[in-house]
Amino acid sequence: MNLNPKIPDGPLAEKWTNYKAHQNLVNPSNKRKLDIIVVGTGLAGASAAASLGELGFNVKSFCYQDSPRRAHSIAAQGGINAAKNYQNDGDSVYRLFYDTIKGGDYRARESNVYRLAEVSNNIIDQCVAQGVPFARDYGGLLDNRSFGGAQVSRTFYARGQTGQQLLLGAYSALSRQIKAGTVTMYTRDEMLDLVVIDGKARGIITRDLVTGKINRHFAHAVVIATGGYGNVFFLSTNAMGSNASAAWQVYKRGACIANPCFTQIHPTCIPVHGDYQSKLTLMSESLRNDGRIWVPKKKEDAEAVRQGKLKPTQIAEDDRDYYLERRYPAFGNLVPRDVASRAAKERCDAGFGVGATGLAVYLDFATSINRLGQKVIEERYGNLFQMYEKIVDENPYETPMMIYPAVHYTMGGVWVDYELQTTIPGLFAIGECNFSDHGANRLGASALMQGLADGYFVLPYTIQNYLSADIRTSRISTDTPEFVDAEQKIKERISKLMEIKGKQSVDSFHKRLGHIMWDNVGMGRTKEGLTKAIEAIKVVREEFWKDVRIPGTDTEFNPELEKALRVADFLELGELMAKDALEREESCGGHFREEYQTEEGEASRNDERFMYVSAWEYKGQDHAPVLNKEPLVYENIKVAQRNYK
Amino acid sequence: MDFTLKIWRQENAKTKGKFVTYQINNISADCSFLEMLDQLNEQLVDKFEKPVCFDHDCREGICGMCSLYINGRPHGNDSGVTTCQLHMRHFKSGDTIVVEPFRAKAFPIIKDLVIDRSAFDKIIQEGGYVSVNTGGVPDGNAIPIPKADADLAMDAAACIGCGACVAACKNASAMLFVSAKVSQFALLPQGRVEAKRRVDLMVSKMDDLGFGNCTNTGACEAECPKEIKLSNIARLFREYYVSKIS
Repeated sequence: MNLNPKIPDGPLAEKWTNYKAHQNLVNPSNKRKLDIIVVGTGLAGASAAASLGELGFNVKSFCYQDSPRRAHSIAAQGGINAAKNYQNDGDSVYRLFYDTIKGGDYRARESNVYRLAEVSNNIIDQCVAQGVPFARDYGGLLDNRSFGGAQVSRTFYARGQTGQQLLLGAYSALSRQIKAGTVTMYTRDEMLDLVVIDGKARGIITRDLVTGKINRHFAHAVVIATGGYGNVFFLSTNAMGSNASAAWQVYKRGACIANPCFTQIHPTCIPVHGDYQSKLTLMSESLRNDGRIWVPKKKEDAEAVRQGKLKPTQIAEDDRDYYLERRYPAFGNLVPRDVASRAAKERCDAGFGVGATGLAVYLDFATSINRLGQKVIEERYGNLFQMYEKIVDENPYETPMMIYPAVHYTMGGVWVDYELQTTIPGLFAIGECNFSDHGANRLGASALMQGLADGYFVLPYTIQNYLSADIRTSRISTDTPEFVDAEQKIKERISKLMEIKGKQSVDSFHKRLGHIMWDNVGMGRTKEGLTKAIEAIKVVREEFWKDVRIPGTDTEFNPELEKALRVADFLELGELMAKDALEREESCGGHFREEYQTEEGEASRNDERFMYVSAWEYKGQDHAPVLNKEPLVYENIKVAQRNYK
Repeated sequence: MDFTLKIWRQENAKTKGKFVTYQINNISADCSFLEMLDQLNEQLVDKFEKPVCFDHDCREGICGMCSLYINGRPHGNDSGVTTCQLHMRHFKSGDTIVVEPFRAKAFPIIKDLVIDRSAFDKIIQEGGYVSVNTGGVPDGNAIPIPKADADLAMDAAACIGCGACVAACKNASAMLFVSAKVSQFALLPQGRVEAKRRVDLMVSKMDDLGFGNCTNTGACEAECPKEIKLSNIARLFREYYVSKIS
């Protein structure tokens, strides 16, 4: 496999400008003749579909939800980064670029990240013009807050609902194009396969989730914007329907999956409370601006708290261990997510955890409430505090919140080059579903930035460089053998699932997979655990295909069938994640191999052996996937051990 | 906790529906309403029966996909929450709970508790946006906006499009939903440019789609999980009349 990242020549700061100046474009009369499929309507998908529609392309947009406005970008709380330097605190495009590369533990591609930092400012302008109600100061100008991994305040926000407001902005732009007729919207319609003709992506097969009908759709190019694969862990902060199936289908058609072991465990989530639980709820990282994280200093206090004999507010200041402030004085409570998560796990494993299960730490606002008053805290985080109280039934203004790390985001994903094109010509991947910008760990408020950067400002350019060579290709009939075969395969897969008529529910398999993943491919990984996980996943997968039970039929609205198709893919992806984690014999970012750590317990990278992107290539059901390596070259940044002390 | 559930079951849009009674036991008080339904569905799958279909996705109260009319109230008996954030501690063990879909002419039933709310998308498509293309916009700080206006716009923009306002309204009016979007843009300078056109188009589309009118009962405000204020409807009326006389 030839992994050419297609990084443009020239100095880092001029690459994108040069690319745009010399790339091929498609003229307006030809745009009308070109069809583009965009799968997914989150920040990346909706912004891309809207922007491509505005340019005059013929766009077909798909989502599995009842409306494009539901995509899970909507749940992002804290904010979106941009290098505006409105605060005059020393920010710049270079600094945002540098922080992102460093935060990602030197496992991301320099050129892509620099471009991301460069277009970050355009995103803010665009969203303001759309009427996104960002937080403002009394002078009427935009307000900022700080996030982990940065020493400047560059995060723009709309209360604790930034993702919602940005997504509704993109959804509005998309709605405008639907009305204009440039975008055709397909809701409750899920992609089940990619159609490749003569080596190029030419369409998709979908299932209408209401009727069960399988449909064929042609396009000159296909864009997947289908999000991350965090739900492989069953419990995560992802939406119930979030899935990896589109990414997995294109992998089987020839695209590579890069760095699948890079998953982000977010430090501030509401702890797990029961085995009936269906998902985990995030408490925004922005809370770490004003909340202080601690556990009791004495084991006996921790014990007493767990048994309900002692309240956290009764523990004296001197008996509290603000362990992030202690270990990382320079960044304190605002260390990057991977560092904060591991530190919480370390304290809990050592017996200092709180909550009924001992798997929780405190996030305490008392100091800030004393300093700023409750009203200010309420203004900043009111909806988050309310959400916490609704779920946990405790008032966080009076007693500290309890939090614990949970699976949140996946940095790995479909391999793409500088143009966001996969190894299948004409197939592009944008947003969380690609691997490109966050390396081994994503900084807070950077997911929204990347989704919108890809969708508004990168893909609408780069896709034209591809399509300009395709202007003479007329629309291909969906009766060609490639479409017919792809549909036939899907129908066979569905029939096979329906005919098993086993004894165990889809969810029961998903939960078993989730436990294997969390225990062995979660926050701490070892060679032994990963080897065990690979075998255990195989066992669950074989059992799934023999014993899964799906009531109802495939020609009706059938959520059990939808879940089964997704879980079948998770059961294969989970194994690849473990394999990738096993192969990467180093610790970096969210990937922590316990064998590779410093004496102080920090991640120990091995740049000599592993400074590359691992891009896995599918070789068929009965063959092991092949590992391709894209070396990472740092020409503008001095690679160093991350230091947040 | 133990419950008797009376749940609306309907095969598809064309067939007639009916209530079916189920018993569910040993439910934790910390469990959400949808997690309680998950457990019921596990039981049904065990018996090889079709699970109860309901819409849901984010399960953190923001995507607006979950719905349900629980004991006569959209999103149940807690205030300021969606069904996914409603917890069983708000019920008493032994309660009988009646679960229906949101009912409105403009929201046809797809199956069981699943409804089609695409009418909301159609209203937004008429004018729920500022008509700017990607690129070529001024700097974010070029348009100062008074904090009070930005905050009010944000209050309105918090709408999640779940349709509880329609379900709560005796007229099945979408006025609170439409007014939230109209208000968000009416309060911001970016939205003023096409304010007249917007309100006109969105209100007529709402009427075309079969939503009822507003008679100021305020049930929508009382049941809105995001506590969108009735004053937005007053603003909608004002915007609408101004668009007609000027």
